[in-house]
Amino acid sequence: MGWNFSDDVPIYIQIMNHIKIMIISGIYKAGDKLPSIREIASDAGVNPNTVQKALQELERCGLIFSQRSVGKYITEDSQMIKSMKNNIAQSFVNDFFEKMSSIGFNKEETFNIIQSIIEGRS
Amino acid sequence: MMSTEILCCKNLTKRFGAKTALNGINLNIERGKIVGLLGPNGSGKTTLIKLANALLTKTDGEILINGLAPSAETKKIVSYLPDKTYLNSWMKVKDILNFFSDFYDDFNAQKALDMLARLDISPENRLKTMSKGTKEKVQLILVMSREAQIYFLDEPIAGVDPAARDYILNTIISNYNENASVVISTHLISDIEKVLDEAVFIQNGEIKLHKTVDEIRQENGSSVDNYFREVFKCL
Repeated sequence: MGWNFSDDVPIYIQIMNHIKIMIISGIYKAGDKLPSIREIASDAGVNPNTVQKALQELERCGLIFSQRSVGKYITEDSQMIKSMKNNIAQSFVNDFFEKMSSIGFNKEETFNIIQSIIEGRS
Repeated sequence: MMSTEILCCKNLTKRFGAKTALNGINLNIERGKIVGLLGPNGSGKTTLIKLANALLTKTDGEILINGLAPSAETKKIVSYLPDKTYLNSWMKVKDILNFFSDFYDDFNAQKALDMLARLDISPENRLKTMSKGTKEKVQLILVMSREAQIYFLDEPIAGVDPAARDYILNTIISNYNENASVVISTHLISDIEKVLDEAVFIQNGEIKLHKTVDEIRQENGSSVDNYFREVFKCL
């Protein structure tokens, strides 16, 4: 049951990240209705209060909005989704560079490896 | 008028002869929370739960459920899953359903039947024909089918396989309602951590810590499970 959570970060933050990824990967589309808190909680295997907190935070940053007594929706602002997608992509790449630097590769060497893998001569 | 605190302990003490099981604990639990009562074996978890269910009487201090001392009156709003079963093994599931319907006005028999049906457990089955895991599930279904204001689950996931654990935890979160609280005692923290709002650490009859799970993770950068191992490290 549930999503995978790491040990070192509060769970509501991990739920926020998970939902962000579902939005930028198109599983949830702009303007879509989000499942109910209960459904998300049951799917993720977490406490409904924790989901509530994650959604409140996402709402605060404008990524989702509430329609009173109907439910919560993904923003229709596709520009916002696009910029979030870029931010997350950048942070993934930064994480990757950090990992490479921990085994002694600077950015240029890392880039050379990437290039050689893309060109299929690794 | 409902008070916000469903459980309130003030300086609560329980002694068994010379042995002190609970040593002046102060603990408040609000409505709408899922709380883990976490501690090593013999720390006082079951004693506290039994006091809340009027199965033991306090030595000193105060324990209040919804503002009342534990009594027949509070049992109407308290749903309790004991650490050992009190149901007779010759009973059929339908006998137990009748038993609960007789005893508790807030028992929702239809809800219990629906949950049992989803597990393919027939009301004609006898308890003694069931595996340990199935028995645990049946008892949890009964307890969670009451529309109580506080649920005390004493070691609900001990001794069942991981799939049964997931089922039990899912049953707890999907039956949760915002006016009721759930207190889960266990030492299997990593399994239940995701469903908890708050964690209470108890050791040698004293409360060592009472915080939200998010606070613990944020302040220590580690899971409640790892933090527990640190706090209760055996020397």
